[in-house]
Amino acid sequence: MAVLSVEELTTNYRTLRGWVRAAEGITFQVAPGEALGLAGESGCGKSTVALSLLKILPAGGIIRKGKIVFQGQDLVPLSEHEMRKIRWKGISIIFQGAMNALNPVFKVGDQIGEAIKTHDPKVSNSDVKERVSKLLETVGIEPSRANNYPHEFSGGMRQRALIAMALASDPSLVVADEPGTALDVIVQAQILRLMRDLKDKLGLSMILISHDLSIIAETCEKVAIMYAGRIVEYGNAVSIFKDPKHPYTQGLIKAFPSINGPRVRMTSIPGQPPDLLNPPSGCRFNPRCPYVMDVCKRVEPMLEEHGERGHTVSCHLYH
Amino acid sequence: MNSERKDSQIESSTDTAVGGEVLRVENLRKWYPLRKGFMETLLSKVEASVKAVDLVSFSLGKGEIFALAGESGSGKTTLGKLVLRLVEPTSGKIFFQGKDITELSQRELKPLRREMQIIFQDPFESLNPRMIIKEIIAEPLRVQHLAKTEEEVEERVKQVLTEVEVVPPEEFLYRFPHELSGGQRQRVAVARAFILNPSFVVADEPVSMLDVSIRAEIVNLMVDMVRKHSASIIFISHDLALAKHIADRIAIMYLGKVMELSTSENVVDLPLHPYTQALIAAVPIPDPESKRTKDVISGEIPSPVNPPSGCRFRTRCPYAHERCSTEEPPLVEVEKGHFVACHLYT
Repeated sequence: MAVLSVEELTTNYRTLRGWVRAAEGITFQVAPGEALGLAGESGCGKSTVALSLLKILPAGGIIRKGKIVFQGQDLVPLSEHEMRKIRWKGISIIFQGAMNALNPVFKVGDQIGEAIKTHDPKVSNSDVKERVSKLLETVGIEPSRANNYPHEFSGGMRQRALIAMALASDPSLVVADEPGTALDVIVQAQILRLMRDLKDKLGLSMILISHDLSIIAETCEKVAIMYAGRIVEYGNAVSIFKDPKHPYTQGLIKAFPSINGPRVRMTSIPGQPPDLLNPPSGCRFNPRCPYVMDVCKRVEPMLEEHGERGHTVSCHLYH
Repeated sequence: MNSERKDSQIESSTDTAVGGEVLRVENLRKWYPLRKGFMETLLSKVEASVKAVDLVSFSLGKGEIFALAGESGSGKTTLGKLVLRLVEPTSGKIFFQGKDITELSQRELKPLRREMQIIFQDPFESLNPRMIIKEIIAEPLRVQHLAKTEEEVEERVKQVLTEVEVVPPEEFLYRFPHELSGGQRQRVAVARAFILNPSFVVADEPVSMLDVSIRAEIVNLMVDMVRKHSASIIFISHDLALAKHIADRIAIMYLGKVMELSTSENVVDLPLHPYTQALIAAVPIPDPESKRTKDVISGEIPSPVNPPSGCRFRTRCPYAHERCSTEEPPLVEVEKGHFVACHLYT
């Protein structure tokens, strides 16, 4: 059974100019020990999905429809009080390791300890200390550095500390929002390796959100490609990278220069993502699609299985 | 302190420039002094400084696309600004079109500025939000007094907007930057750089702020503009895959030093320096079936205030031996046109 099953999730933002349709009809599953990659450009709604899962949307963000079934329980109707029991113990989140994800005036160890104590108030102070040391060791930081402040950490160490914090209450699902971005390529590779190791060792389920397809290719078994608030293609990572069906996925994969292989002129997808206040009718990709047909402008395509089992795509080309 | 580190050491000049030389730098160095407190000044005489760029030499050929790659803190942006004299060098020489421009005053530089331009990373910050597109692009023309009439200014601006495919230009002339998308803004920045028909452009991470699907078209546009204007460009990028596809040559920098310099195929496909090898091994590959074979090196880039003695990479190098900590390896040509600064090859 899936750890997490999201069904027809629709999250919109209320603004003075109307609803921003940031995520619509999102459906996916995450099995135990599996990593799902949520890929797409900025503004495609991938972070909105992540924040919806934990119900920590910014002001104006409202889940308007759908279900988020975590370990058999739908999270959407839960109250704030009930959600607090799910957060961190059930689902935790690793934020992008920029300066602002850690509080600059508290020691790193105390901040990780706080995550433990908030969700498990009965733990004694000495136990907390011990667990912080263990967590730091798990993520590859010398436990004595618990007494350092965030500014004394390098970028890579800060990201490691945030991973330690996410693991503080033994979650079964970890959501990672752009964990490697803003880091140098070598440090990024270190962090991704750490996350893969932790996932295997602790049997974690993971949702990795990234604009970088190559990071997802290296880390995830399953991939959901998002465009303008919708999942356009979903399935096994190998199947999607080897045989992308949706014209957007094809364009996105081609837009990534590979370091292997001969020098070629880079290709791009002309145009730009639409305004989500007023998305195009029919298929949201139709203004940029090289294969656009009449039907694309009128009818919104549904996600349907095509080719390999479990590989779904929403495109009229295949119907 | 090892501040007097082999100043005399002239690192062999690195010329494989095609069709004449536009730019040459010799032993260029930029040390930023650190501010000190009053007590520190009294108690110690040691000047601490950030060694952003340290004894770098290279040359740039006419029409060449030259990539500077490396991690953040490697000094690539400082080097890009040094060659344009936007930052004053601590020592070393800069030759532009054969002329020594190291000591020129800003007034003497002004006519040369026509020939050298820069494109910045963030098109949201590099365009003045209170100016209309026409004025942003026309500013270099006005500063250099190159257009006689207002009609001529508008004509030139329209022409360059068409070149960068911000069309129809009439529709964009009187807009403000915030009315444009990220890709369009970067096109405007490219237009501003090319309106004076420069022979040399520095582009500092010009696409790293843009979305993946738009990146390629801006990169292609820049390559086309460089070719069309037969200009040379220094393309600063942390993305080696991108650098490989567009650059003729790549220089890999680490803590203010050039570690390896050669054609982009040589550097990426047959890297010689252990640092270049580590960098390339760390680049993620967009293919779920290719599993990483090589190990990722540990650690992060050390502080440029106190770089390691000898070879700067030795603290992270899997092949470091005794000589690496005592002797700094010079950048030498180990194969035709392939320069490496590593004791493994000397």
